[in-house]
Amino acid sequence: MKILVCISNVPDTTTKIKFLNNNTTFDSAGVQWIINPWDELALTRAIELKEAHAGAIENITVVNIGPPTTEPTIRKALAIGADNAIRINLDPKDAYSVALQLSEIIKKDSFDIILCGIESSDYNGTSVGGMLSELLDYPSVSAVSFIDIDGDQLKLKREIDGGQEIIGISTPFIGIVQKGIAKDARIPNMRGIMMAKTKPLQVVEPVSTDLYTDFVSFDYPKAKAACKKVDPENVKELVNLLHNEAKVI
Amino acid sequence: MEHPLLNEQHNLIRESVRDFAEREIKPLAKELDAKQQFSVELTHKMGDIGLFGMVVSEEYGGQGLDYLSYIIAVEEIARVDGSHAATVAAGNSLGLNPIYYFGNEEQKKKYLPDLCSGKKLWGFGLTEPEAGSDSRNSKTTAKLIDGNWVINGSKIFITNASSEISIGSSIQTVSNDENGKKEFTTIIVENGTPGFIAKTMHDKMMWRASNTAELYFDECKVPESNILGKRGDGSKIMLSTLDLGRLSIGAMGLGLAQGAFEMALKYAQERVQFGKPICKQQAIAFKLADMALKIELARNLLYKACWLKDNHKPFEKEAAMSKLYCSEVAKFVADEAVQIHGGYGLMKDYDIERFYRDQRLLQIGEGTSEIQRLVISRYIGC
Ligand SMILES: Cc1cc2nc3c(=O)[nH]c(=O)nc-3n(C[C@H](O)[C@H](O)[C@H](O)COP(=O)(O)OP(=O)(O)OC[C@H]3O[C@@H](n4cnc5c(N)ncnc54)[C@H](O)[C@@H]3O)c2cc1C
Repeated sequence: MKILVCISNVPDTTTKIKFLNNNTTFDSAGVQWIINPWDELALTRAIELKEAHAGAIENITVVNIGPPTTEPTIRKALAIGADNAIRINLDPKDAYSVALQLSEIIKKDSFDIILCGIESSDYNGTSVGGMLSELLDYPSVSAVSFIDIDGDQLKLKREIDGGQEIIGISTPFIGIVQKGIAKDARIPNMRGIMMAKTKPLQVVEPVSTDLYTDFVSFDYPKAKAACKKVDPENVKELVNLLHNEAKVI
Repeated sequence: MEHPLLNEQHNLIRESVRDFAEREIKPLAKELDAKQQFSVELTHKMGDIGLFGMVVSEEYGGQGLDYLSYIIAVEEIARVDGSHAATVAAGNSLGLNPIYYFGNEEQKKKYLPDLCSGKKLWGFGLTEPEAGSDSRNSKTTAKLIDGNWVINGSKIFITNASSEISIGSSIQTVSNDENGKKEFTTIIVENGTPGFIAKTMHDKMMWRASNTAELYFDECKVPESNILGKRGDGSKIMLSTLDLGRLSIGAMGLGLAQGAFEMALKYAQERVQFGKPICKQQAIAFKLADMALKIELARNLLYKACWLKDNHKPFEKEAAMSKLYCSEVAKFVADEAVQIHGGYGLMKDYDIERFYRDQRLLQIGEGTSEIQRLVISRYIGC
């Protein structure tokens, strides 16, 4: 079986987000880029599967859609343990263009398990996995928190309200994973970092796509209101504040 | 990190070692320090991620990286904890290096793979009660009798030499020839050899989770083939080992300073007195500015020394400068960081208290600050 893990290149989760040009463009100056945390966990689980089922998984490919500046992030995925990588040379503008480019790659090469994160920590679109499934006409399972090989099938678990759903699925399929799919993202070791230099990273030109969305502008979240301390004895004042100031009761 | 000497691989090494140190070492560092406990488990984990044998070639189980990569790794461990940085730095530069650079093929094949994987540790025994800065005043003797070296004497303060996973040490001995001419020879002594005792030293002020030993040799007999390099090579081995060791101590100073600075900055941004964060008081802001400036300079100097080494150029003077400057910057930054923390900085609840203690070895070990100045003054022609 062959696994494809889709990784997106996102700002480190501690980045202070700033915008330029009247809040229409993200300011990437000084930003530290990382693998989207959900994608990194998906990759970690893919490697665990390959280690646990010697022979069953022959190859793990990572794919990223991005300009040449995303290559350090892709190299990290190779250092963690992916066997090879594909970069589609495009600065993607929306979820549809990402899904379309991915679908073209998957049509060219046959992957059995396609994993992508439930969302990316930058735009939080939660759309790519579902769109990809539609474009390829592959089954997909969302919010997957466990995956393992079970005979000819794959066994998946997804968290549902008050319990878990256990699903058996045949390949090919798309697993849209959430946290829990692996305990912690794997940290590359020094040998992995050395080997990553020589692993294949193929650059593919994008197919042309129509754009269906246009970002008008971004807004910052409202600044958090200052914290007010109320004396524990003074319940009256607390109720008054909740009524009249916070207006929550 | 943007730096003219760093490439993509160096940055990935920094990121990975930082993640590892934060995830694995940071949660345990305070407790291991308090209990004076050397952690075999963490040492093995550091081995698994590839922190030992970083510059040793892959044929002996090493990682085959350049010196700058290794220095970045030590820096990142020291940013979180001095004891574990010591285990890694001594493991590489004092334990592995003499065997890698001076050992014969048989010795390298026998010892390096287990040392490079972090399964085992090795010591470098130079210092003696009467031979510290004046290392040529060694009293430990080795006499060649019937195909064996017979060793008598003792060593003190030897890192990584008596832990549960320590398997031996390279020992600097006086092996005067038949004519009585003074010469030094380095000899491999495995732990467990009759007549050799490695005893753990306790109650250190700093590096309390790192293993430090006294070594005693009483008619200790090892085969003639245990010689490292050639007879009389001892001084050469010692000097070369210490030159490289200076880069490691520099990295420990730089990393410790970076960690202390980050703690101080965060504290100063959060601690409010007189109605505003203390970092808005010019006296505190200027302290932080000086700390940042010195760290930047220390990093530039140390990375330059590594660049010289990696490009096969003379680096010894810059190594001594890096050791001196980085360790003194660590002292300055840790001291100011405690000052910024006020009374809380003196409490064990705050990591800065441990950093303040841990920095103090750096101006003493592997050549004191005074000796570094002596070395530098000789290089510049005094
Ligand atoms: C935790 C720890 C780990 C260590 N690990 C190792 C190890 O793995 N292997 C090893 O071999 N050693 C190790 N050492 C020993 C360390 O390298 C020595 O402590 C150091 O070299 C200083 O020697 P000393 O302590 O005898 O001090 P001394 O040499 O007695 O120095 C005392 C003071 O006199 C000054 N001084 C001495 N000579 C001069 C001079 N000519 N001019 C000006 N000032 C001078 C010194 O600078 C210092 O201030 C370790 C030490 C410690 C504490």
